[in-house]
Amino acid sequence: MNLKTLAASCALIASAGASWADCGIEAGRVNIIGNEFPAIQTIAAEAAECATGGVTIEANLTADHQTLNVAGMSGNPAEYTSAIVANSSIVALINEDVIRPLDDLVAEFGADIPQRQKITVGGKVMAIAFMANAQTLAYRSDVLEQVGLDVPTTYEEVLAAAEAIRAAGIMDHPVGGAYAAGWNIAQEFNNMYLGHGGKFFEDGSANVSINNPQGVATLEVMKALTEYMNPDYLTHDSNGTQAEWEAGNVALMNMWGSRMQNIMDDEGSEPQVYENTKVGGPLMVGDSGVPASTLWWDGWTVSKNISDDDAAATFRSLAHAVSPETLTDDTMEQAVWLIDGYKPAPVSEGVLAAVKAGTAPYPMLPYMGLLHTALGDNVADFMTGKESAEQTLADIEAAYTAAAREQGYIK
Amino acid sequence: MKHSSFFWFVLPSTVLMLLFIAMPIVSVVTQSFYTAHEQVILEVENCGPFGCTQETSVDQEATAALREAEPLGKFAGFDIYTDRNHLAFGEVAAAWVKSDGLPDFGSSLMNLPFYKALGFTLTYTAIVTPLTIVLGFIVAIAVNAVAKSLRGPTIFFSLLPMIVTPLVGSLILFWMVDARGILGTGLQWLADDPNLSVKASTGLMWIMLMVYGVWHAAPFAFVVFYAGLQTVNTDTLESAMVDGATRWERIRYVVVPHLMPLVTFVALIQLMDNFRVFEPIISFQASAHATSLSYAIFNDLGGETRLLSSAAATSVLTIIGIGILLSPVLVRTWRDFNR
Repeated sequence: MNLKTLAASCALIASAGASWADCGIEAGRVNIIGNEFPAIQTIAAEAAECATGGVTIEANLTADHQTLNVAGMSGNPAEYTSAIVANSSIVALINEDVIRPLDDLVAEFGADIPQRQKITVGGKVMAIAFMANAQTLAYRSDVLEQVGLDVPTTYEEVLAAAEAIRAAGIMDHPVGGAYAAGWNIAQEFNNMYLGHGGKFFEDGSANVSINNPQGVATLEVMKALTEYMNPDYLTHDSNGTQAEWEAGNVALMNMWGSRMQNIMDDEGSEPQVYENTKVGGPLMVGDSGVPASTLWWDGWTVSKNISDDDAAATFRSLAHAVSPETLTDDTMEQAVWLIDGYKPAPVSEGVLAAVKAGTAPYPMLPYMGLLHTALGDNVADFMTGKESAEQTLADIEAAYTAAAREQGYIK
Repeated sequence: MKHSSFFWFVLPSTVLMLLFIAMPIVSVVTQSFYTAHEQVILEVENCGPFGCTQETSVDQEATAALREAEPLGKFAGFDIYTDRNHLAFGEVAAAWVKSDGLPDFGSSLMNLPFYKALGFTLTYTAIVTPLTIVLGFIVAIAVNAVAKSLRGPTIFFSLLPMIVTPLVGSLILFWMVDARGILGTGLQWLADDPNLSVKASTGLMWIMLMVYGVWHAAPFAFVVFYAGLQTVNTDTLESAMVDGATRWERIRYVVVPHLMPLVTFVALIQLMDNFRVFEPIISFQASAHATSLSYAIFNDLGGETRLLSSAAATSVLTIIGIGILLSPVLVRTWRDFNR
């Protein structure tokens, strides 16, 4: 038995209980790289069902997928035949030209895939989405009841509720949030800036423009929120924030839809906490009418630098993975699936409310990742009181511009 | 040794060094002089589960042609080195003209990513290196004085900080200084300030990182000095005792001079290690307060869009920095060797 079939059989054993499926693939090699959370594990396990004598199917699911996928798809033939990405991370793959348009494969093998799952860029299908995600409010109904307040719908109401909770002596730091320096705090800035009606770039160009009244207002609301957070907030990522929530230290937070199931289940917290944990819609801020959140999808792609057989095998096994049979009682609550036959559960109300409220999708721009990094490196300087809001925004713009010039987006 | 046998003796390591040290450095230096091509941007309509939006995308065909013509990218000379995210010549000059007084200039300088990283890296190196040597020496002297039967276990425990993986060691400390951890709560109680947080204060975070640095590196210095102590001439020590030298005088005039070459060796290794401080910044999640040159390289490569040229330029600047830092020690060693 060679290493590859061994790995493939291990993947199959891991997906114990999964049935064998005949996906009609005769030969080919499938190797999937992606993030690691339950919904993606389900997709990889379902795809692995298509393995037969001539078809090897492997998956490398890791939180470090973004540092591996471009390198692993640049060779010819590429090591990974598919990368599972989100609307932020697909851009890096398109920029490096390592994924292929799927139109011919969709025409041949993907007749059952509904239109809403197809991600098209300039008319070409580049990915097939399978789930949606967004950050929305999570709240403790018992705590809000104690202070006699309704569920907040805006950040202004969150601040008022936080003050009331603190004044009542229930919690010292009632607000939570993934404010860790780096990617997380940059994402909170994005949410809040879009919520203020801000635009990241000058129309149709890569020139950044965030040093404006919306930018200043964004930073000020964020700082006001941090006054009610655990003083260590600059080191709290989603995991850290979840831990604070489960410890019962937090009553209000903006959290990912994909994590709501984790804080609402009976693992890791007292009944007092998980029984009263409820999901709200996306929060508004200011008077722009746009929620302070972003919509995300997760989907799969097919590598460019692989043989046609491998591309077909990859497409067909993953198309099998996103077919309605994937949705069972076990998998239904793992995500807000975009797959036909999905029945919404209470945990997913937030994401659906975000879609309904007209939340903006995270921008799929080639240079957005550079701005996200520049934000992550600089926003903390304002939060720690080292700089004024204007100086912080000017620093972000300057750091982005230098990076964008190096990448050839700005002359 | 005959020339030919010397040649065959060093050949394998020379080949390996060329392959794994010299070649990558050549590649990094080359990379730092090139940037990505000017991107050909198209206005496109992107559609997905949330509807369609007008966005931009890279024109792959036009870009492929550009890449074909110049596979290395666009030659940029020293542009990357002098841009804002590195040496920032333009910004430094502007800050010099605009600032009133040196402190103001200093704070403008510390606002630039490269100088901010360099500032922490140099402070860390300058404080941690001597403290490591002093602490390692004290531990070595102390262990050497312990009864023979207890020495084994003592040495083992003294080495523990070095045996623990850096990432794990710093994570343990990270949780202990958490606002809800044992040390964090202890500090709050001592300072009588419930909002005191090591992780929120730049000063405390710097101290934390340096304490960790000394804790982690001291065993290395200890082992080297302890080995050295075993070679101290006992006759000299005994005659010093006969002459009425106190324990302190014996250490000052016999042991320390004997160990001086080892101090140079430990200083050399520690300077190199401390200048590329990296793991504690990651595991303490300290990037909001302290960044180092190594962290800057990691950050350039870890983003959604990899900044290869930027990382390459920072790597070259790090190599130059280590060269400058080590030059006094190297010159000294060279002199000792020729004496």
